[in-house]
Amino acid sequence: MRSMKKLIWMVWIVLTLSIASYYGYEMFVEEHKSSLLIGEATHGHYQIEMSCGTCHTEAFGGGEVIQEACESCHAQELELAHDSHPRKKFTDPRNADLLEQIDARYCVSCHNEHQREQTHEMGLTLPKDYCFHCHEDVLEERESHQGLAFDSCASAGCHNYHDNRALYESFLVEHANKPWLDAMARIAEPGHAQLSARKILDKTPAWQASALSASASDTENTGHWDGHLHVQKGMSCAACHGSNEQESSVWIEKPGLEQCASCHQKEAEGYQQGKHGMRLAQNLSAMTPAQSRSLEFSHSALQSEHGCTTCHQAHEFDTAFAATQACLSCHQDEHSTAFESSPHGQLADDLVTCATCHMPRLETMVGGEKVLRVEHNQNAYLRPNEKMIRPVCMQCHSLEFSIDALADETLINNNFNGQPAEHVPSMDWAVERDQRH
Amino acid sequence: MKTMKKPVFKSALLASALVGTAALLSACGEEKAAGIEPKIYTDSLFAVMKADRTNYTKLIIKRLGPAGAGAIKPDEHWKDIPNGALLPAQMFRAGSEAVAEMTDDFTYSLQSIWPINSQNAPKTDMEKQGLEYIAANPGENFYGEETLGGVTYYTAVYPDVAVSDACTSCHNEHKDSPKTDFKLGEVMGGVVIRVPLKSS
Repeated sequence: MRSMKKLIWMVWIVLTLSIASYYGYEMFVEEHKSSLLIGEATHGHYQIEMSCGTCHTEAFGGGEVIQEACESCHAQELELAHDSHPRKKFTDPRNADLLEQIDARYCVSCHNEHQREQTHEMGLTLPKDYCFHCHEDVLEERESHQGLAFDSCASAGCHNYHDNRALYESFLVEHANKPWLDAMARIAEPGHAQLSARKILDKTPAWQASALSASASDTENTGHWDGHLHVQKGMSCAACHGSNEQESSVWIEKPGLEQCASCHQKEAEGYQQGKHGMRLAQNLSAMTPAQSRSLEFSHSALQSEHGCTTCHQAHEFDTAFAATQACLSCHQDEHSTAFESSPHGQLADDLVTCATCHMPRLETMVGGEKVLRVEHNQNAYLRPNEKMIRPVCMQCHSLEFSIDALADETLINNNFNGQPAEHVPSMDWAVERDQRH
Repeated sequence: MKTMKKPVFKSALLASALVGTAALLSACGEEKAAGIEPKIYTDSLFAVMKADRTNYTKLIIKRLGPAGAGAIKPDEHWKDIPNGALLPAQMFRAGSEAVAEMTDDFTYSLQSIWPINSQNAPKTDMEKQGLEYIAANPGENFYGEETLGGVTYYTAVYPDVAVSDACTSCHNEHKDSPKTDFKLGEVMGGVVIRVPLKSS
């Protein structure tokens, strides 16, 4: 009897330790923590859903801890978007009764994660008529809005909860009655990395550059290197294949994000904020098309790991290739495959590429110099698609045409092959109210 | 003797406990008396707010004029233009939001019964009472207590007066303004200051 008890104790201890070890290993060591996942993450986060600590930064944190995690990735983007509903607008006690309906101080009140079955577009987990709670009076006071449904405020192309830079009333009036197609914009060459490259070149000790160049001479696969912009700007092999450490002469066979980022810092930052590089930002393995849960990809590219050289082929770094062909070598959804025969794709001199719209060139001031850089966060101007209107569409098209085109799903799918079948009346209403005033 | 000592000792202990408690209570009372009355606290806050608000309106915005001075242009959509500057009411709200990020010890907001943005109309009963009172009784303030979200607040409402024709012309001409005949010196709205008193 006693030996039986002993055996049961032993079995219990072994089982307990085994279970604890299994979950402990998964929690602290294993990259895939699938058995700890309480539900699939949304479109925006599924790539990093196995990196629990990205959002759950503390084991016993409440709403504030999660809020800080949201802001650590999204605050800058919201600031740039002139967020129409920032947290600070809701902290006054006069909003106490409204906060009982929707606690708008916290992102998760509207974007509750791991609830995929009840998640709408843009990761929204509230019923779509949420505007009603605070703006009930608008339907009574605005003649043009009478009879409208509250679930259409943000879905009809008129308003956006966070980003209304291209949709607010005065902007609509200011840009009314313009021809649908304006003069084609001249897209200048980007030059941001040159500023950083100058500093790197100044810092690279001569002995390191020559030593590493010598070891590079043994390799055969240098492609079109001789005529490349990197060479024209005075970059040696060591600039990419050498370690960033001053005293090191280590030869890096395949330079990665870290080496590219030493000159292309802004581009690398953007890349890691978007869908292409967000896994690398969390120290997870690189994204492959096979891991995508929503888009269609070329079968041959499914296992291709995403890095800088996926689009910017090593030693060629052909930006023209990166701007369209690189995208189409993986992306095979209806919108992508329709590009080459679309009005945009048919323009001479590659005037409009995939990158023109999805990775636009932005003018910024760096150290007092005006430079252009390519936004490498492909999501920065993608969803909600109203984000594209000002930096992208309005470079060539009128505001009215842009709003209508982006509200027409068929037109988006066929890559804007035709005129919009939808018409968003917001500009008409804004102009009418302005004229009446 | 021993039997006599115990009650004496007990009495002495009781007396010293009573004296100690009284001293403690009296100390608490003194501390309370030394604190700032909510009315003086909110009146002082309002004095600073009013001074800054008037100065910004008269010394900056009024001097720049509606067209600005080339270098800087006051505009409702100031964020959207490279040289845009906040209008006085926006500047006041920006201050209120910045304070809210620093402390929970008090909050303030600019409201009106004739707001350009309907979100700035009074919401709570006390706000409605207060704004109507200061509009009907020029030069007077309004004070009260209210409970919001389980917390009791000392709420003070102060008149926001048109100090410059920059205020009246902008409001009178704005297409979202429900009142278009504001005159210089009139009450256009109110500043509501709240101080949390206790959890109920």
